[in-house]
Amino acid sequence: MGLPVAIIGSGNIGTDLMYKLERSEVLDLVALIGIDPESEGLKRARDRGFEAPANGIDWVKDNPDAVQIVFDATSAYVHVRHAKVLAELGITAVDLTPAARGPKVIAAVNLLEHLDAPNVNMVTCGGQATTPMVAAVSRVARVPYAEMVSAVSSKSAGPGTRQNIDEFTRTTARALEEIGGAEIGKAIIILNPAEPPINMRNTVFCALPEGTDHAAVIASIEAMVADVAAYVPGYRLKQPPLIEEGPFSTPGGVVPFRSVTLLEVEGAGDYLPTYAGNLDIMTAAAVRVGEAMAAHRASGTPTADQQEVTA
Amino acid sequence: MTTVTTSTDTGAATPAPVARDFRLIDSTLRDGSHAISHQYTVEQVVAIVKGLDAAGVQVIECAHGDGLGGSSFNYGFSKVDELLLVEAAVQATTDAQIACLLVPGIGTVDDLKRVRDLGVDVARIAVHCTEADITEQHIKAAKELGMEAVGFLMMSHMNTPAGLLAQAKLLQGFGADTVYIADSAGAMTTNEVRARVAEIVGGIDVPLGVHAHQNLSLAVANSIAAYEEGARNLDGTSAGLGAGAGNCPTEILAAVCEKNGIVSGVDVLKLMDVAEEVTRPLMDRQQVVDRAGLLLGYAGVYGSFLLHAQRAAERYGVSQADILLELGRRKVVGGQEDMIIDVAVELARKHAALEVTP
Repeated sequence: MGLPVAIIGSGNIGTDLMYKLERSEVLDLVALIGIDPESEGLKRARDRGFEAPANGIDWVKDNPDAVQIVFDATSAYVHVRHAKVLAELGITAVDLTPAARGPKVIAAVNLLEHLDAPNVNMVTCGGQATTPMVAAVSRVARVPYAEMVSAVSSKSAGPGTRQNIDEFTRTTARALEEIGGAEIGKAIIILNPAEPPINMRNTVFCALPEGTDHAAVIASIEAMVADVAAYVPGYRLKQPPLIEEGPFSTPGGVVPFRSVTLLEVEGAGDYLPTYAGNLDIMTAAAVRVGEAMAAHRASGTPTADQQEVTA
Repeated sequence: MTTVTTSTDTGAATPAPVARDFRLIDSTLRDGSHAISHQYTVEQVVAIVKGLDAAGVQVIECAHGDGLGGSSFNYGFSKVDELLLVEAAVQATTDAQIACLLVPGIGTVDDLKRVRDLGVDVARIAVHCTEADITEQHIKAAKELGMEAVGFLMMSHMNTPAGLLAQAKLLQGFGADTVYIADSAGAMTTNEVRARVAEIVGGIDVPLGVHAHQNLSLAVANSIAAYEEGARNLDGTSAGLGAGAGNCPTEILAAVCEKNGIVSGVDVLKLMDVAEEVTRPLMDRQQVVDRAGLLLGYAGVYGSFLLHAQRAAERYGVSQADILLELGRRKVVGGQEDMIIDVAVELARKHAALEVTP
């Protein structure tokens, strides 16, 4: 028996997450909770033998002992209310909305830091995709300034993202600083309507001060790509990591070089189409976090071996 | 649509205030910033604002070329913080309003608040021509801040007249006071401009504007055609300074308007002086339709990619033209400057592979 969990929110993200949790060996999905019994997500949940209640957070209140983790794939606004209810019930929340009630977790970087937190936030799709690349550089060099550019297909950007795109840029920029280790972070997102839809693309620039060991930067980036690809199979370098010569007058000062990491994220195609790598990386990272929490609960502090197993 | 004629006699001396047939917005200090790699100084901004203001231009746009917050690795860092430039523009103007451009996804409402505090009156919220629904929070914020909100649809050649109308209606619904279509790639023929303007003007209640580029050498002609179809805002830049092969040159547009009996309300000779004596001396290169510029219009590629593609071509030893054509094939949109590096590196790798396999 694994750790019993539920998903709340039966839209694209929640439904995709259902397919990924179904494959987990350490998490047991009990319910996909929605508010519309006719929704595609709840229909699919019923078809796959999961409970599919349509009374929202009330189901969790009525069944407080049924699950230990709830993955929230609703909206920032709704999650604020859910967070309170879940905290009172002592149920851990893995928040896939931008509500940011709890500490930010980037699976490849600070997975083990918040395993006991009652509520963790999965930042943004762009944050999951690019923060590890900044962290990869900052573990071998000082990064006075880092910048990410995300391009996602228009079809994969839902109404929540569209109505509050500033939230994406602010939250992602902060993640590059707080978790990536950049002194100053900047985030840019572009929606591309091309047909057929483009895969998610991310470019990460890091300012490299005088004296940086460029070979170490490249090796660290390549190692980190492998770490992310362990839980997001479609995560890959589009070109080898580049070191470009400047000088560049960044907000963190003038630097002689920059690293440029050109990434692509192809989704696993569980529920969302493969072009929606931006949504896939969120659900995959959330599963990774849930599994680490489960391992932690099973044995106190997870060992490196257990991390290998859960990856 | 009707062709508007005017009874006003447009002599050399234009009395103020004037009844104008359209509003002229000059973007030398925003779109022009691309062409000088965002290296404007406060002194240059002051000189241009004073010249344009004295010539009777109503709105002067000032910001990083990619809008507020555009200073970045991806688009190029500003030499001088854009807030200092905007502040200088506000202080230098007497009659003209100062506008800023903001691209959601690059800048945020925070940037808008900062420039409003400096005295900026007009917020142009720019978005790819199919994605208008990401501008709601910014247009509403601009209105709440007491600014005129302009919804600005970029790369308008990539959407149909009916598609653009639907997007324009969204912008209007969010509260935009004016809607623009921008030919950001300078890719539209005059007939394509006419069809789009006619469709949109007939379907919205707010004024429409057109922002033209010179890549097919049609910027002035397209602007006049847009006016004839009912557009009542037109953009220009002094000496055509701008992305790609340049913008619609403000002084030429004003001259052609005058000869056509369209009252622009600006002093053509003064604008010529600004172009010749203030703008041209600060230009790194004259705005001409060379091969790369023409390729942008021909392939429908975002104009501000031009200089980035030139630098990537030099860095990786590949052809700028090949980079631009590949970007066109990939249907890259404005803001994806990082893909220029991607394409350049890929071309270089292909060339290297060809060299090692004889």
